[in-house]
Amino acid sequence: MANSTAPKSRSRDLDKLLLRPGNLVGPNFEPGAELRDDLQQYARVLVVGAGGLGCELLKDLALSGFRNLDVIDMDRIEVTNLNRQFLFRLEDVGKPKAVVAAKRVMERVSGVNIVPHFCRIEDKDIEFYNDFNIIALGLDSIEARSYINAVACSFLEYDSDDNPREETIKPMVDGGTEGFKGHARVIIPGVTPCFECTIWLFPPQVKFPLCTLAETPRTAAHCIEYAHLIKWDEVHSGKAFDPDNPEHMMWVYDAAVKRAELFGIPGVTYSLTQGVVKNIIPAIASTNAIISAACALETLKIVSGCSKTLSNYLTYNGVEGLHTEVTEFVKDKDCLGCGPGVLVDQLDTSVTLQNFIDMLEEHPKLLLSKASITHRGKNLYMQAPPVLEEMTRSNLGVPLYDLMGKVSKDTLHASGTINKDNKKTSGLRKLRVVFKGIDVVTDMDMAGGAYDQ
Amino acid sequence: MIRLRKVKEKQREMAENANGGAPIRRQTAGELRLHKDISELNLPKSCTISFPNGKDDLMNFEVSIRPDEGYYLGGTFLFSFQVSSIYPHEAPKVKCKTKVYHPNIDLEGNVCLNILREDWKPVLNINTVIYGLYHLFTEPNCEDPLNHDAAAVLRDNPKMFESNVKRAMSGGYVGNTLFPRIM
Repeated sequence: MANSTAPKSRSRDLDKLLLRPGNLVGPNFEPGAELRDDLQQYARVLVVGAGGLGCELLKDLALSGFRNLDVIDMDRIEVTNLNRQFLFRLEDVGKPKAVVAAKRVMERVSGVNIVPHFCRIEDKDIEFYNDFNIIALGLDSIEARSYINAVACSFLEYDSDDNPREETIKPMVDGGTEGFKGHARVIIPGVTPCFECTIWLFPPQVKFPLCTLAETPRTAAHCIEYAHLIKWDEVHSGKAFDPDNPEHMMWVYDAAVKRAELFGIPGVTYSLTQGVVKNIIPAIASTNAIISAACALETLKIVSGCSKTLSNYLTYNGVEGLHTEVTEFVKDKDCLGCGPGVLVDQLDTSVTLQNFIDMLEEHPKLLLSKASITHRGKNLYMQAPPVLEEMTRSNLGVPLYDLMGKVSKDTLHASGTINKDNKKTSGLRKLRVVFKGIDVVTDMDMAGGAYDQ
Repeated sequence: MIRLRKVKEKQREMAENANGGAPIRRQTAGELRLHKDISELNLPKSCTISFPNGKDDLMNFEVSIRPDEGYYLGGTFLFSFQVSSIYPHEAPKVKCKTKVYHPNIDLEGNVCLNILREDWKPVLNINTVIYGLYHLFTEPNCEDPLNHDAAAVLRDNPKMFESNVKRAMSGGYVGNTLFPRIM
């Protein structure tokens, strides 16, 4: 390389990936400065969580050339975060994580703009999530992941051939860590398995029998759970236990110590109490760094196409040595979250709910009899139990179109008995219902492909 | 791979079509699976279910059990069910709302039933849980006691257990505890 006094370009590393063609690039990759500039100008990424993974993700994404980031986190900074959530200092304890994280990264990476959101993910409108090209998750619970997955998959639409419509796909990159282990996965709704498709991967949670806690505790955890689940209600009947209230936690710790003394069980400490009650596993900075690096890289690949993405689930285990592996999981075609469901179209607006239920029995892809129907949380008709059947019977004579709020098309769910190959099984099916003659803007427009504008 | 230019167009198109959308409310996978379980309920006559929040909130309901045999014949016992959004990954939370003298149910309403905690599997459903609860009344057992004293009496003196149960259900005292009348 020739000697040069000109300052090296900030994006010199990124340029190697974005400005030149290669053999491992993604489909439709168009190398060039325009791609790099588009990335900076138009790409919007949402980072969910500003904790162990979130801090690392914000840094990685900002340094990878993204300029428009948002971060959402409902928590405040605590002292125990400081060993790995490196954007925070002792004087930040008590402040909202999202706000401080955004500020620190913007101070260190010039040109990046990060909008913090100090609130719960459920507090945002669904349309908020639709503004982003990609959502990167640094979450710590199944519930939160399930929620975001449901939101992202709700944007997904299918055409009449049951193919996902590309412009409705909202990709997610999900990372998770637990001590020395972690995972990073790419979720492209409609293409790769979504979170619900693979929820069976989670092992059941550890739950001790209540009677063991009450009668025959053997471990420190039993004593803690006894104090947490049984003794608390006995003494504070009515008052809910708040794991984030240090006084409550201290009370449980004291009660657990007394219990342990009674049975001669060692090992009850305050930090174990917190761990058992809140289901915490000690966190390690390096695991978080590794997993969020993988996630940030996949985010860059997805948005720019500079390389094929990992397909589609990476696991990392650093307990002894270092092991990492990528497994290609397949999506569940019947998935309630991301699946296409069954298209039931050309429905007349006069078709009653009873007519519709009868139709499902004959529909070749369904063969669903004695169906119970639910629409966006409203139970239109329930076959059982008798109390609900009575409450919903009056809907049977009403046009389905009216019951669904007079929209041209929407998603319904039906559960009932499936009669296939002379076997009866119970099933729950997602149905894409389209009424005829209402709205002309549907699949017909998409059949022509992308427009030139 | 996302084509950023197509995304720009889509953003413009969506701004234009920003009305006439379907209502925002979606259902979680847990609610849908619960809807399936409820629509397939096949309860014995001794068990009835009710939905205090109406037909559209299936996540919180109550089950009333009137055993037709055994020590608890004639009593009515109310259980509250709370189902989470990640059902069936997590078992429903069940509490007994009726104060009862029972070896496997404590005075706070905690129920010791294996399938509610350590033996819960996603393949189980609401029907199996209700049958499990019913079973507690027809076959109370002293193996997994939450009420230590009741379990001891059942084990050592079944006749006294029987009269304790009857007295409790009639609204009397057993030991120092007063029970509500439920017969």
